Amino acid sequence: MTVSAPHNVLSRHEIIREFSRSKSGLVGVAILLALIGVTIYSAVAIPLESFRQWNSPDFWIDLPRAAAPSWVNIGFGPKIPEHTVLYMKDATITSFEEGPLRAVIHSYNVNFNYDFYPSDFMFLYSARYGNTQPVLQVDIIRPDGKEFLIYFASLPSSQEKVNEFSARVFSTDRSIVENLREKESVFSYDQDPSRPQVMIFSDAQESKVLKGKYVIRMTFYLFDPQDSVQNSGIRLGGKVYGLAGTDELRRDLAVGILWGAPTALFIGFTVAIAAVLIGLIYGVFAGYKGKRTDEGLMRVSDVFYSLPALPILIILSVTVGRSIFLITGFLVIFGWVGMAKVSRSLALQLKNMQYVEAAKLMGQSDTNIIFKHIIPQLLPLTFASIAIAVPGAILGEAALSFLGLGDPSIPTWGQILHDANSAGAAARGLWWWIVPPGMMIAITGLAFALIGNALDSILNPRLKKI
Amino acid sequence: MGGFGRFLVKRSINMVIVLFATLVLTISLLGPTMDKILVDAIKFYVVEEINQKELQFQNLDERQTYINERVELQITTLGLDEPWYTPKRFTNTVLKVMVLDLGNSNYLTSDTGSPNVRDIILEKLPKTVLLFTTSTIITTIIGLYLGAFVANRAGSLWDRLNSAFAVFSGSFPIWWVGMLMIFAFAFTYAIFPSHSTPQTAPSDPSYVFDLLYHMSLPLITMVLVSFGSWAFMVRYFVVGILSEDYIFAKRAIGIPEKKILYSHALRNAAPPIVTIIALSLAASFGGAITVEAVFDWPGMGRLYYDAIGFLDIPIIIGLTYVSTLIFIVTVFVTDIAYAYFDPRVKVT
Repeated sequence: MTVSAPHNVLSRHEIIREFSRSKSGLVGVAILLALIGVTIYSAVAIPLESFRQWNSPDFWIDLPRAAAPSWVNIGFGPKIPEHTVLYMKDATITSFEEGPLRAVIHSYNVNFNYDFYPSDFMFLYSARYGNTQPVLQVDIIRPDGKEFLIYFASLPSSQEKVNEFSARVFSTDRSIVENLREKESVFSYDQDPSRPQVMIFSDAQESKVLKGKYVIRMTFYLFDPQDSVQNSGIRLGGKVYGLAGTDELRRDLAVGILWGAPTALFIGFTVAIAAVLIGLIYGVFAGYKGKRTDEGLMRVSDVFYSLPALPILIILSVTVGRSIFLITGFLVIFGWVGMAKVSRSLALQLKNMQYVEAAKLMGQSDTNIIFKHIIPQLLPLTFASIAIAVPGAILGEAALSFLGLGDPSIPTWGQILHDANSAGAAARGLWWWIVPPGMMIAITGLAFALIGNALDSILNPRLKKI
Repeated sequence: MGGFGRFLVKRSINMVIVLFATLVLTISLLGPTMDKILVDAIKFYVVEEINQKELQFQNLDERQTYINERVELQITTLGLDEPWYTPKRFTNTVLKVMVLDLGNSNYLTSDTGSPNVRDIILEKLPKTVLLFTTSTIITTIIGLYLGAFVANRAGSLWDRLNSAFAVFSGSFPIWWVGMLMIFAFAFTYAIFPSHSTPQTAPSDPSYVFDLLYHMSLPLITMVLVSFGSWAFMVRYFVVGILSEDYIFAKRAIGIPEKKILYSHALRNAAPPIVTIIALSLAASFGGAITVEAVFDWPGMGRLYYDAIGFLDIPIIIGLTYVSTLIFIVTVFVTDIAYAYFDPRVKVT
């Protein structure tokens, strides 16, 4: 959609006053402010690391695979266990000494009020020690007061003087199963110790989940004053996680969606501003100069107008490169033509105005006249055009990313949708992977379309209702 | 007719320049990759040939020398010893493509097994045309009537609902709506197939019905996303015409409101609307890539997507050229028709 010519010139104050009366324009501004808020929030609150590590699977290892957002539990239906990851900073740490022996206890409180068993669990630890190996003991104190010792083992021996050792103990660990065999008598019915995640969280009387507060206590017995516990943690595997769930590669979709906002705004603004300004200057220059210059410049813009944009964008990103800055540049190449045509036709009208003629007679240079006398008249139109051009740029980048040709190092909404499509998210019912990124693209586009249309109808009163 | 003749000549020259520029741009971008792929393919075939003939060599060096000689020979015969940008090869490629001699593809073939790029494109072209023309026609009909309907009630609740819907649906990426539609109507409620490529063979008599059945989901999606903006645009033109004096005059004479709206106002709004229909149809190929990739519709967009995946350069060049050709010819024809039928258009 291109902006048509203004019928009368409005002052800046009139435009602002008219705009503040336009409901849709204000809605657009509100959405835009919210998006800028999201950008600031994600820049401040989300560690930059999660953004850089978006495509490295190791970084996301502690999160569940394809988990729904945790708010699906709101309501009256059965509650699905939320994926819980706790680290040393979440634990209550106590210690006591008995002669040379020192015990460091990390205890984690978990409120387990769900209607299904966790899918698995895991402990992780990291300790620094010398020749004498520490011992790790894990107990679980259940809401019914029963205490299960599930793990008791010494850490591997070290060859060097000081050794830092990190490991993960999974619920499938054989010693956990062995230890649980002794607890079978606690239950009044048959329990299967080879499924520790079920047995530990089961009611003793009947086969259902035992809800309440569980305390998971990791006790490290250290035999040397030099030894220390560096880190510990627990992970309870669940089927729901975070604000937006996770994808097939365990990535937190909330991170991707939040970080998508600055990227989309950057692309949208940069492309729209650059393209509209280039188009403005190009068009005004052609219109003002007229004759052969006009003819030649318009032929060149006709070529750009007729180029099939998406196919050539695809070729460019395959052959030249697909960094975000290159893509921004490619989008500018196809974005400026519309504005050039509109501003040329307006410059044709403006150059015959008396004040322009006067400036010419006074001997002002062409550049001076173009930048001082013609372009300032077109500024309101320029702002409307920029707002209207933003959704196109965002959709263009999203389409490229969706086809798998976007910048691979940055999470964008289009790319998340590309991943969802190639993982068959629709077939597997993973709606949280499809709906939010597309919604964000649509809402961002909508904000700018609303602002642009509001400005446009102020500049062209004919568009308004009669 | 002197002015009109000059206009025709000018436009034709313009058309050829644009086509040439597109082609030069495409070939310059893809040239280096194209040569590398061709040389790799030659090497592959030479080694394959040696393995099949079970030629014996005394040592590895001798084998390598033999391979190099064969590769050199083939490269010289094919003219690949000169880089793609030498005037001879460049003009050769450009001229060949311009007359639609598109050569053979590297990997992809048509359903009948032909590697000829023209055959492949001609096989896919009707399917893209079928899907996009049908959707444009349906969208236009809905858009015209809905647009005229709300234009007559400018400012009413219907009008505002329509405007809101137009702005809203216009910001949705169509391929994302496609994903949602597949999610909802192919998996959650299994009404339509999730992949739009028909399973029956093209020779089967039931193929047509199968094709239409597979076409319905992409069709519904495209109509759903675009009819709002169409109605909005029609409304814009019709509202303008409804405020003209001659419409008031017709009202004063006592011509029924319905007749004024659907026959007089719509007819006068028709020229710009027809132009936009033609242009949007011609430009729809760009959108076809994402839509056909999502729905797996066996048209030109899908072919382009596959060709990018395989880096099948002859197909990429051929498709880019054909789609530019379609677009430019449509623009040309609409421009001429417009200039011929509407004398107000300045013939310059």
